[in-house]
Amino acid sequence: MESFFNAVKTVPLNHYILLSSVLFCIGVTGVLLRRNAIVIFMSVELMLNAVNLLLTVFSVYRGDASGQVFVFFIMALAAAEVAVGLAIIVMIYRNTSSIDVNVLNRLKW
Amino acid sequence: MGIFYFIAFLSVLFALLVITAKNPVHSVLYLILTFFTITIHYILLNAQFLAIVNFIVYMGAIMVLFLFVLMLLNLNVDSEPVKSNIVKFAAVIGGCCLLATLFGALKLSASSKPVLLADPGLGLVKSLGKVLFNQFLLPFEISSILLLSAMVGAVLLAKKEPKAA
Repeated sequence: MESFFNAVKTVPLNHYILLSSVLFCIGVTGVLLRRNAIVIFMSVELMLNAVNLLLTVFSVYRGDASGQVFVFFIMALAAAEVAVGLAIIVMIYRNTSSIDVNVLNRLKW
Repeated sequence: MGIFYFIAFLSVLFALLVITAKNPVHSVLYLILTFFTITIHYILLNAQFLAIVNFIVYMGAIMVLFLFVLMLLNLNVDSEPVKSNIVKFAAVIGGCCLLATLFGALKLSASSKPVLLADPGLGLVKSLGKVLFNQFLLPFEISSILLLSAMVGAVLLAKKEPKAA
C-alpha cells in the first residue's frame, strides 16, 4: 500500500493544476458548444468536479483537511443544484416541448 | 508516476467525448466514466472518504437523475439541432483562450514541488469527521437546511398546477 502511494509522490503540483484547468475549460467549451439544456447542465457538473479535484490536491499538498471538507460541501450543494435544475428543465419542457436553449432566449410568458 | 498520467489522459479523453457526443445518453455515460477516473485520482491521493462519496453521490445518484430525466422527456435520440459552424468554432476558440490564459496566469510551465502525502490519514473518515464536527459544525447543519429547501423547491416545481377555471 505504501509503495502504491509512493508512485504518486513524484507528480508535480503544476501537472495537477493543469489537469484541472483542462477539465474546467472542457466544461466551459461544452456550455458554449451545445444547445441541449441537459448537456449544458452536465458540463457545469464537469466544471464542479474539476474544482473539487483541485481542492483535494491542494488539501493533500498543504496537509490540511479543510479542503476536503469543502469538497464535501460542494458535493452537497451540487446535489441540491441538480435536483432544482432538473425540475426547472422538466417544467420548461412541459411548457415549450423543447429543451433547446435557443428557444428559451426570451423571458416572456 | 505513470499511472497518474494515464488516468489524467483518460479523464480528458472522456470529458472531450462528453461534449462531442451527439446522443445525450452517450454524453451521460461518458460523464459517468469521467467521474470514475476522478474517483481514481482521489484514491491515488489517498482521499478515501471523497472517493467513496464521489462514487456513490455523483456516479450513483446524480448521473442516474440525469439519465432518468433524459428518458422521461424522451430525449434519448440525437435530434438536437446543431449550432452553426461559426458559433462552434468561436466556442472552441473561447475555451482554448481560457485554457491559455489560465496556463499563463498560473505559470503552469514552471517546475513545482511534487504533491507529497505527508499525513497518510488525512483523507480518512476519522480525520475529516473531526474537522467537520469541530470547525465546520454550523456550515454542516446549514447544508442540511439547503438540501431540505432544494427538495421542497424541486417538488413544488415539478408538481402539475391545477387548471385555473
